[in-house]
Amino acid sequence: MQILVLIKQVPEMEKVQFDAEKGKIDRNSAGVEVNPFDLNALEAAVRIKEKLGGEITALSMGPQRAESALKEAAARGADKVFLLTDKNFAGADTISTSAVLSAAAKKLGDFDLIIAGEMSVDGDTAQVGPQTAEFLDINHAAYVSEIVAVSNSEITVSTSLWEANYNKTYSYPLLITVTKDLNNPSLPSFKGKMKARKIEVEKLDYETIKEQLQIKEVGFKGSPTWVENIVVPQKIKRKTKRYNKSETAAAVADIKEILTAKNLMEA
Amino acid sequence: MADNNNLLIIAEYSQNRIHPVILELLNKGRELADKADLKVNVLILAAENIENSELNELIYHGADEIQLLINDNFAYPDEYLFKKAVLKFLEQKFPEIILIGATNFGRSLAPRLAAALKTGLTADCTELDIAEDGSLLQIRPAFSENILAHIKSDTKPQMATVRYQEFAKAARNENRKGKITIEEIDFKENDSVKEIEKISDQQINITEAEVVVAGGSGVKNAEDFKMLQELADLLNGVVAVSRDVVDQGLMPKERQVGYSGQRVKPKVYFAFGISGAPQHLAGMKEAETIIAVNTDPSAPIFKAADYAIEGDLYEIIPEMIKEYGSK
Repeated sequence: MQILVLIKQVPEMEKVQFDAEKGKIDRNSAGVEVNPFDLNALEAAVRIKEKLGGEITALSMGPQRAESALKEAAARGADKVFLLTDKNFAGADTISTSAVLSAAAKKLGDFDLIIAGEMSVDGDTAQVGPQTAEFLDINHAAYVSEIVAVSNSEITVSTSLWEANYNKTYSYPLLITVTKDLNNPSLPSFKGKMKARKIEVEKLDYETIKEQLQIKEVGFKGSPTWVENIVVPQKIKRKTKRYNKSETAAAVADIKEILTAKNLMEA
Repeated sequence: MADNNNLLIIAEYSQNRIHPVILELLNKGRELADKADLKVNVLILAAENIENSELNELIYHGADEIQLLINDNFAYPDEYLFKKAVLKFLEQKFPEIILIGATNFGRSLAPRLAAALKTGLTADCTELDIAEDGSLLQIRPAFSENILAHIKSDTKPQMATVRYQEFAKAARNENRKGKITIEEIDFKENDSVKEIEKISDQQINITEAEVVVAGGSGVKNAEDFKMLQELADLLNGVVAVSRDVVDQGLMPKERQVGYSGQRVKPKVYFAFGISGAPQHLAGMKEAETIIAVNTDPSAPIFKAADYAIEGDLYEIIPEMIKEYGSK
C-alpha cells in the first residue's frame, strides 16, 4: 500500500490571542503544532501499514517552519516527508492549496490511499480533502469515523451522512478525511524520534509542479476567494446570575419560572 | 447560452424528505436574489418522485423554479456521482450564486463541486449579503470560531454553505407561484464504488429540540444519564453530552455538542457537570438561555451561562424533576 497523508501546521489554538479592537490574529502569541485531526489521519495510515505493509508519505504545504510538523509526522510513522514551500504558494485559499497538493501527489507517486484530517482547526473549512480528490479525479469519503475493513484491493469505511451511518466500500485510489473518533493517536516512540531527527524533509517549490500548474493557478493569484477583512467578535457576554451551594432551592424555583415563561412546561 | 440569471439552492433529499435547512436557505436566498435581481432556483437529486405538495411548499417559501432530477443512483450519498450530475445540470442553467446546506453531505459535496468549477466556496457562512459592487459578501467564523472573516469570490458561481439553524426560516405564502419540472435522467453508476450500505439511522437528532439537557464528565456513568433523560422528557427536550462522555463510550457521538460535534441553539440549554471548554462552548453558546450546574465555582461554563448554579447535579436534578414534574 502506498499511503499519502496530508499534514498542516496550525497555531496552538488554545494559546493564540485575538485582538478584538484591531481585528487581528496575533500569530506570534502561540506556538505551532500539527493540526490535531491530521494526527488521526497519520495514525490510521500507520495501522494500515502495519497490516498490509507499504510506505507512508507525508506531504504539507506551508512556510519553512512547517518542516517541524513533518519531522513530527516522521516520528509518528511517516517514511518520507515532503514540504511544498515557495513564496509563490503564499496566500492560497482551499482551491489553490488543493491544486498544489494534488499536483505534488501526482508527481510523488501512485498513491492507493490519501488520508487527511476532516478539517484544520485554523481554517475550519473541511474543503481541502474533497477538493484534492476532485483535482486528482478520484473518489473521496468524508468524515470517516471507522475503517471497517481494509485489504490491498479495497477498503470499507464508516461515515455519517444523511442522518444515518453508512458503510462505503471503494476500490483504490481513494481519498478519505477522518474524524477524531477514528482512533487515539499514539505518542511518537523513541525509535520514531530518533528517525525523525535524521530524516531530511525534502522541499518542493513551484519548479517541481510547473508542468501541471501555471503560476497564476497557485498561491494568492490562484485563489478565487479573498478575505476582505477580519473581525474579532466581542464574546457574547451574558449577565450571569450566580447561586452558591446554599441557594440551590432558589435556583430551582427561578429556573421553573423561566421554563414557564418560555412555555416549556406544558409537556 | 446558459441562463445565468439565477441563484441556485442545491437541496438534500434524505430520510424520505427534503432536509429542513432548505427553508432557511430559501429565506436568505430570496433576500439575496431580490437585491441582485435573480431568480431563486432549487435543484433536487433523488431516487424517487417527491409529492407535489412537498415541492409546492418550496415555492410557497420563496422558490421560483424547482428542478427534480430522478435516478436510482441518487439513493446513496455518493459525492462523486452527485457532483457529476450537478455539473451536467449547470450546463443549462449556470447560476450567479450557489447555496448549499452545511450538512455532512453538503460540506463534502460542495467543495468537490467548487473544485470542479474552479470557483470559490465559503464554508459555514453565518451571514451573507450582496455588496455594493453586486458581489456576494460571505461572512464566516474561522480560527476555531475566534474570528469572523469577510470573504468575496472573484469567480462565478459564488458558492457558500450555511449550517442548519443559522438563518430564520422563510415565511410561507400560499399565493406564490413557481414552476416545477420533474425529469427522470439517465446516469451511469460510479464504477469505483463497490458498495454503499446504510447501517443504521441516527437514533436522535439533538439539533431541533427546544430544550437540551446536557451532561459532561460530572455524570459518572451511563446509567446516570437516565436521570437527565427524565428531566428532558418532562420538558420535551433531548439529552446531549460533551466530548469526554463520548470518548469514554458512555453515550453515542450523535448526542455530542461542540466544535467536533453538533451545534445546537435551543431555547434552554442545561449544562450539568460540564466544565465549559472552548470546544464545547462553540456548539451551544448561541442558546437563548444557558443554565449551568457545577460543583466547581471556577468552572469556565459559569462565565458563559445566564444562570450559574454551584452544586451537585446528583442533588439538583432530582429536585428539578420533582419541581418541574408537578404543575
